[in-house]
Amino acid sequence: MAAPTAHTEAPAGHNSFPPFQTENFPSQLVWLTLTFVLLYVLMAKVALPRVGSILAERSKRIADDIAAAQQFKERSDAAHAAYEKALADARARAQAIANETREQQAAAAEQTNKSLEAELHRRLAAAEQSIAATRTAAMGNVGAIAADTAAAIVERLIGKTPAPHEVAAALGDAGKS
Amino acid sequence: MHLDPIEQFQIKNIWPMLSMGGHQIAFTNSAVYMLLIVVLVSLLFIGATAPRAIVPGRLQATAEVIYEFTATTLRSSTGPEGMKFLPFVFTLFMFVLAANLIGLIPFSFSVTSQLIVTATLALLVFFIVVIFGFWKNGLHFLKLFVPSGVPWVFLPLIVPIEILSFVSRPVSHSVRLFANMLAGHITLQVFAGFIIMLAGAGVLGIFGAVLPFVMVVILFALELLVALLQAYVFAILTCIYLNDAIHPGH
Repeated sequence: MAAPTAHTEAPAGHNSFPPFQTENFPSQLVWLTLTFVLLYVLMAKVALPRVGSILAERSKRIADDIAAAQQFKERSDAAHAAYEKALADARARAQAIANETREQQAAAAEQTNKSLEAELHRRLAAAEQSIAATRTAAMGNVGAIAADTAAAIVERLIGKTPAPHEVAAALGDAGKS
Repeated sequence: MHLDPIEQFQIKNIWPMLSMGGHQIAFTNSAVYMLLIVVLVSLLFIGATAPRAIVPGRLQATAEVIYEFTATTLRSSTGPEGMKFLPFVFTLFMFVLAANLIGLIPFSFSVTSQLIVTATLALLVFFIVVIFGFWKNGLHFLKLFVPSGVPWVFLPLIVPIEILSFVSRPVSHSVRLFANMLAGHITLQVFAGFIIMLAGAGVLGIFGAVLPFVMVVILFALELLVALLQAYVFAILTCIYLNDAIHPGH
């Protein structure tokens, strides 16, 4: 088996497996140290503080924005509450004014009613008084009218005018019967 | 030319820089990809975040998501005390993740398929845990090896096991990543090699090559998952080990 042997043999002429070739170790160690330290310094001094500050700044910004949004929300809530309160106040005031006006008008109407009623009573009483007076007067005249009428009737029947005292006596008898 | 599945792991010297104590230090293809990792990760996390946009673009959003993901992972494992390790865990996570993902590009090189790289990173974690553990907790750090609630009769048995498992952590930590990347790349290369071999074998072979091609597509999706998952596993194990250093009481 010549071919596999040729394959496993390293081209550089070393018979050992390349990762185990100790003659290359010093160069690799030196360069590993140099590059690792360089990378460490770059990361520790520049990259990580920068990324850390970017992340801190972003989270601070987000927290600030959320706080600001919260503040705006509180302000808008307060404005809304104030608006609601103003609306309720206005409604209550309108209600009060309406009630007051209604009471005033009712009182005024009652006042008018009372004065009208009193006036009517007064007029009614006056009217009744005048009726009574008229009636009394009328009743007073009835005797005279009856006497005249009776005298006229008697004159027509007998052609002679009776004496007034006879008529009055006759009427008195009729009034008695 | 790329039929050899092992050749992709070969370190190639591009520029031999200097020799120190018998060891040659060279600028290699591995170093190129390590630099590429630094450049790409920096572009994502420094370039894309430069506008500091409140409403992020796609790249900035990606950078932010990875940052928050890493921070959440670390915080959930170690609590708020562990957040000072964020730059370390983040760099480790991004280095491994970028290495794994760049390695998936055909004809590229995977830095994490080099045992020396994963072992160095794992040992770095191990020593940070040990040093920080003793520095922060003093000798209380040793309580890590004495689980609470265990009858004292068993302690002679339990304590050596705990110490052994603690010491073997860098081995499992590094080999897990290394072996996953290595095996995945070898498998992909082998199946890709089948395509070329079959396609070169005539008309029938071209039809036969469809099978390994489908296989490579499926495997590539799997390797993408492995690349992400192993970087995550490496990072979360680091977090768990760091938690031991911060809170040594079980």
